[in-house]
Amino acid sequence: MSIIEANGLTRTFRAGRQTVAAVRGVDVRVQPGEIVGFLGPNGAGKTTTLRMLTTLLQPTSGTARIAGADLRTEPREVRRRIGYVAQYGGTDPNALVEEELFLQARLYRIGAGPARRRVATLLTQLDLDGLGTRPVGSLSGGQRRRLDIALGLVHEPQIVFLDEPTAGLDPHSRNNLWEHIRRLRDENGTTVFLTTHYLDEADALCDRILVIDHGRIVAEDTPANLKRQLAADVLTVDVAGDPDAARRLLAGLPGVRQAAVTAAGGLQVTLADGEQGIIDVITTLAGAGFGVRALQLARPSLDDVFLTLTGRGLRDDPNGPTPPTPTTERAEHVPAR
Amino acid sequence: MSLLVDILLVFQRHARISLRNPLWIIIGLSQPVAFLVLYGPLMTSTLSTTGVPAERAWQTYVPGVLVQLSLFGSAFVGFGVIAEWRGGVIERLRVTPVSRVALLLGRVLRDVALLVVQAGLLIVVALPLGLRASVPGVLAALGVVMLLSLGLACLSCALALTLKSEDTLGPTLNTALMPLLLLSGVLLPMSFAPRWLDMVSRLTPFRYIVDGMRSAFQGDVFSTTVLSTVLIAFLLSVLSVLLGVRTYLRQSA
Repeated sequence: MSIIEANGLTRTFRAGRQTVAAVRGVDVRVQPGEIVGFLGPNGAGKTTTLRMLTTLLQPTSGTARIAGADLRTEPREVRRRIGYVAQYGGTDPNALVEEELFLQARLYRIGAGPARRRVATLLTQLDLDGLGTRPVGSLSGGQRRRLDIALGLVHEPQIVFLDEPTAGLDPHSRNNLWEHIRRLRDENGTTVFLTTHYLDEADALCDRILVIDHGRIVAEDTPANLKRQLAADVLTVDVAGDPDAARRLLAGLPGVRQAAVTAAGGLQVTLADGEQGIIDVITTLAGAGFGVRALQLARPSLDDVFLTLTGRGLRDDPNGPTPPTPTTERAEHVPAR
Repeated sequence: MSLLVDILLVFQRHARISLRNPLWIIIGLSQPVAFLVLYGPLMTSTLSTTGVPAERAWQTYVPGVLVQLSLFGSAFVGFGVIAEWRGGVIERLRVTPVSRVALLLGRVLRDVALLVVQAGLLIVVALPLGLRASVPGVLAALGVVMLLSLGLACLSCALALTLKSEDTLGPTLNTALMPLLLLSGVLLPMSFAPRWLDMVSRLTPFRYIVDGMRSAFQGDVFSTTVLSTVLIAFLLSVLSVLLGVRTYLRQSA
């Protein structure tokens, strides 16, 4: 049984006299224990969908069951069962680390004694030992992000929603945070639903990816499958002999989508499946008497996938086609940085 | 029951954060003293030239300052709400099962608590300066300013969550408060005003509140003036709290 099951979620905003559809019918299925990445360019409907799934925003239409509770009729029950870590955290810089955690635990109706023990456990679990009595404002970026995540975990939720968990972190802190997210699933079986617009993050961390664009899910699969289906591997071959003759030979092979001679006289072969294709190419060339001097296989990145799906990169230029920002609703926070 | 626990938890959070800020304490405590020392003598000596005895002058001035403190102390709490909203604090708390009403009431109760401390200090400092007042009257007046602060702070939070911009909130509050303050007779009693101004002032709620509190200080605790003041403050407060709660309960606020 799915732990997240959403059907036909939509959300429209009123911006002045205009009605803007931010989300136009999103279906989501997530199995328990999955790490699912929710990808999309700015303004695609990521945050709006996330805020609907976490009870912060009432859907205009559609239904959802989150961890067995109905989103529309039992929002309080949903809140009890999920953790949510917003993009900009939500801690007060003047509050103390352990104060924030303790308050959060108490708000989830955990008694004072167990709450204190839970705070201690979380501080250790997220490498925040010794920082309990520090003001939140004095933490480093990575530490603060780990605190944010700890806040989302105080009540040991079945699902945790992470909105852009590593945005703005340095590479070391990002890797460290990925480790924590993986451990969350591996050790506690927590389901993780995260939004990101870092493709390497989705690639490294997620079992499955949902791609949203213009308020609709446009693709849904494992990172490897998405790459295989939507972006081809490109093999560059430096052949000894007539490159054009080699090109004609390879163009007829099954699994070769395209073969071309580059300006430098090399061969560029576009393959549906690089791992299988590379063997076919080499054996075919060798069988026809061509020597192979060098080979290079370029695997597609999720960036390529994204470009194929949406016709634009993930971190698109701000002048690109973005829907108007609704005034009655904050789509994104104004970053405080 | 869980509502009360929630209110207490939210109140404690805000109180702790404030108490750790020395500037907040210094400003909070020096404000009432500044009002008394820097303006009190001017007011009382002005009143005495018109034949009002000094004791009566302090009984006129101190209740006015209390209302002013309450007005300005609570009206600007919305700025903190906007900062929290921007930092994602409100959203983080909203996704927990905490009661939305507690998020509002716990926060404004900190401001009411501050006001009570300020008011107490104000009265204590005013005693050596020459204030003499009826004890039940002072208690009644304190009750009125608490109700007033509670209501105004709720309104301010609701307004802040609706406007979501400091740049709009500040001018809006000033535009609304300035005439209300001037017309309430806080600075000088409206008995000195020309007839038309006195009439206009009777159209604003704070006029009755200030008049009632002055009567209470003079000892007429059970007069109709004082009782109607308590009633007005109570109604204003209930309305404002309801309005604030409604705003906090709205989904996207």
